[in-house]
Amino acid sequence: MTESPVLSVRDLVVEIPTRHGILRPVDGVSYDIHAGEILGVVGESGAGKSMTGNAVIGLLDPPARIASGAVLLSGQPIHALNGETLRRLRGKRMGMIFQDPLTSLNPLLTIGDQLAETILEHLDVAPSEARRRAIAALEEVGIPAAAQRIGSYPHEFSGGMRQRVVIALALCAEPDLIIADEPTTALDVSVQAQIIALLKRLCRDRGVAVMLVTHDMGVIAEAADRVAVMYAGRLAELGPVREVITQARHPYTAGLMASTPLASQGRMRLRQIPGAMPGLDALPAGCAFSPRCEYAQDRCRQDPGPTLSACGGRAACWFPLVTDTKQEVRA
Amino acid sequence: MSAIIKVDRLTRIFDVSKPWLNRVIERLPRALLTAVSEVSFEVEENSVYALVGESGSGKSTIGKIIVGLVSPSGGKVEIEGVDLASEKDPGRIDSVRADIQMIFQDPYASLNPRWRVRNIIAEPVAARGGNTEGLAERLLEQVGLSAADAGKYPHEFSGGQRQRICIARALSSEPKIIVCDEPTSALDVSVQSQVLNLMSDLREEFGLTYLFISHDLTVVRHMADKVGVLYLGRLVEEAPRDALFGDPKHPYTRMLFDAAPRMDAFGRDIEPPRGEIPDAINPPSGCAFHPRCPLAVARCSRERPEMRQLGQTRVACHLAE
Amino acid sequence: MAELSTEASPSRLRQAWNSDFIWSFRHSPVAVVSFFIVLLMMLGALFAPLIAPHNPFNPATLNLMNGFTPPGQANQFTGESFLLGTDDQGRDVFSTILYGMRISLFVGLSAVLLAMVLGVTLGLMAGYVGGWTETIIMRIADVQLTFPAILVAMLIFGIAKGITPPEYRNEMAIWVLILAIGLSDWVQFARVVRGATLVEKNKEYVQAARLIGRKRYTIMLRHILPNVLNPVLVIATISLALAIIAEATLSFLGVGAPPTKPSLGTLIRIGQEFMFSGEWWILFFPAMTLLALALSINLLGDWLRDALNPRLR
Repeated sequence: MTESPVLSVRDLVVEIPTRHGILRPVDGVSYDIHAGEILGVVGESGAGKSMTGNAVIGLLDPPARIASGAVLLSGQPIHALNGETLRRLRGKRMGMIFQDPLTSLNPLLTIGDQLAETILEHLDVAPSEARRRAIAALEEVGIPAAAQRIGSYPHEFSGGMRQRVVIALALCAEPDLIIADEPTTALDVSVQAQIIALLKRLCRDRGVAVMLVTHDMGVIAEAADRVAVMYAGRLAELGPVREVITQARHPYTAGLMASTPLASQGRMRLRQIPGAMPGLDALPAGCAFSPRCEYAQDRCRQDPGPTLSACGGRAACWFPLVTDTKQEVRA
Repeated sequence: MSAIIKVDRLTRIFDVSKPWLNRVIERLPRALLTAVSEVSFEVEENSVYALVGESGSGKSTIGKIIVGLVSPSGGKVEIEGVDLASEKDPGRIDSVRADIQMIFQDPYASLNPRWRVRNIIAEPVAARGGNTEGLAERLLEQVGLSAADAGKYPHEFSGGQRQRICIARALSSEPKIIVCDEPTSALDVSVQSQVLNLMSDLREEFGLTYLFISHDLTVVRHMADKVGVLYLGRLVEEAPRDALFGDPKHPYTRMLFDAAPRMDAFGRDIEPPRGEIPDAINPPSGCAFHPRCPLAVARCSRERPEMRQLGQTRVACHLAE
Repeated sequence: MAELSTEASPSRLRQAWNSDFIWSFRHSPVAVVSFFIVLLMMLGALFAPLIAPHNPFNPATLNLMNGFTPPGQANQFTGESFLLGTDDQGRDVFSTILYGMRISLFVGLSAVLLAMVLGVTLGLMAGYVGGWTETIIMRIADVQLTFPAILVAMLIFGIAKGITPPEYRNEMAIWVLILAIGLSDWVQFARVVRGATLVEKNKEYVQAARLIGRKRYTIMLRHILPNVLNPVLVIATISLALAIIAEATLSFLGVGAPPTKPSLGTLIRIGQEFMFSGEWWILFFPAMTLLALALSINLLGDWLRDALNPRLR
């Protein structure tokens, strides 16, 4: 791609000082998202995927803080901005969609008021125009009879409809970037499919860059263009979704794919990765995955953890898998 | 093979009305929620029967009725020929109770945080005055933890390890049946596969019967021998696994299969399903699925379809063939 | 309770020292200072007969000539001097405070214990059993809450006094006081425990115990009670401060501890008669003691609430 990315994250490190020492829930993460692209960020709970999203949009809960690295929005550094500037930027150029739509809507205001308020705050329009745009935004996310429902309160909507309202709210100030943190986890399968289809359509039609954080590989496979796999705060693998899923290079990604019941249909045993992801306060030396990795060698346990840039940009592994994951032939 | 669980026209209605005073003042009628409506099925001994459905389908309520946590409003459940709700002989009730155990969804809420693992695991036996000497240690090793873990508290374990402790507790009274209510949906994928494999191994080793409740079709497809699909408290389709996944008959089952994310569907652009699950307090007339059904005809909104046998499949749809 | 056996390990002490709870205590100067003030006062009250320079309730040791000695100065008639001065009858204020605290703390602790046992029991029952049991218990609690606690205590005190024979009144006064304050204070325990029980009883570990056929009271006592104790501990601490103040208020109003066994409240009542006649110390020192005691316990309670709240950690 020739145009500059909407979002660039460079060597991002998030630290949480605790009395047991400094934890690094995000450790040296770098990626770009271009306009009209959906980047999926996957990982197990505690892998740092949500923390990365929160760091980008400036919603880290103290004492967590960005310790080093850079976050660039259309080339402009935003990681060091202070409260007010960042807050304006957050509504105007970045939108956020959370897992639980109820907590991201104000229960005391009608959805029309919430939408109009956001539009008035960030766009230079008259109140009547703001209302018109609010209705248009609701129509765009597929809420039937938007003009009538604009006076409704959040509790009058079903879970799926609420999530649509949240998406409308994130979109109404016409941002360049949307961070969606587990947007479908709380929803039923049929509604999840609707929301994913909606996100994909909005991304394509409006050229918004989307960072889709989820633990569900299936959602990633359907929605994302590229995928970043996180493990223990670091990027394990980054690449086009089809390649990462069908030809994983990092043993962790390969194990993750193989352990989903989807991948092993029929009545055989599931592939499993032994053990569990280490806690941030008990990371092993070297590659964080090495204790669970069946291919780990001395170098993996001794050298500092491999990074994407040190390993050719696709998988952060000293000995990446080279062929089809189903055969797992080693170089 | 004989049926170890027989569920016959099981119905459960919850009263979700506001308090009496509010109803009088606001002139509201009683609100009754039919969580389970005339569900019948049988589970063969040493098999895995899965109940799938989305929220409000009543799958968890059925599980709770079967283990005796919730009483039925109508119909009955027979376990090994004993109906727990009407049985009078305390000895028989107790022996059936010991034969049925449950594994819950949330491994964080299902272990008492103030108890040591040893006591948690041995409780089903200790409650009946059985011998618990060395029991927890033995079971911990059976589920892949170490005997030394018996003296620890639940907070010292990860989610997957806690689910193993729950499984150990469920096994302690040497049950024949285990009701598994979304046992892996709170776990990460790599841990989920460990727990599912463990469950498969234990089933073979102890000849267990599982009633497997889940919303995750991929897990159900992996685990189940027979699958029942629920929609708004009713069984809409039931078939052996391969028949169901190979040739789904009910339009709702097909919709579920189409909507589920797939790992080989890169950039798939499908028409997502229509509408959302209706309010269970005022369900649609006739077939509850008709407002969302692509095939619906006038008859569907008037007449509720009865269960019909179609080959290996039982299906409640006027149009299925 | 064989199932709850614990084994001691050599590093227990070390572990406890490093536990989150103790760590948060060590790193909260307010909590540490409050804790030591409370500890000091409790020890002082407990060992009052050993520490106090005089026994203020033994008329044989009193000398009326010592009356109104200002703190730290020698008495103009007898030449004796007292750390915090003396009252009108020549009693050493420091000693009366030590003995007064004894009564205040005893009444406060006993009343809180009574309220706690009553409130936790009723709250557990209301929350777990539900239905009519809950309705009756919680409506009684609601009704009681509409009266100020001190009024309820005075009412109970009055009734109890009315039915005790006069010759036992002075002896019984302390116990009646405990009953009155305890009964006026159970409601908050019941409410909090009921709320916590409602949360716990829907958790899956309780369902797991139910489905193996555990009896109701076993589930309440063994499963739910240990999990609702954290908020109870916080309320008990804050209630202790309130109970001590309630006792002082009742005694100040003259319906509490008798002058022969004065509590801090009684001392303050006696002292306020001399407030404007220049003998300020008779009021000032008991009042300051009460203030320091109540404040320290309250601050300790605040810290406890934060330390036991998993969300704030």
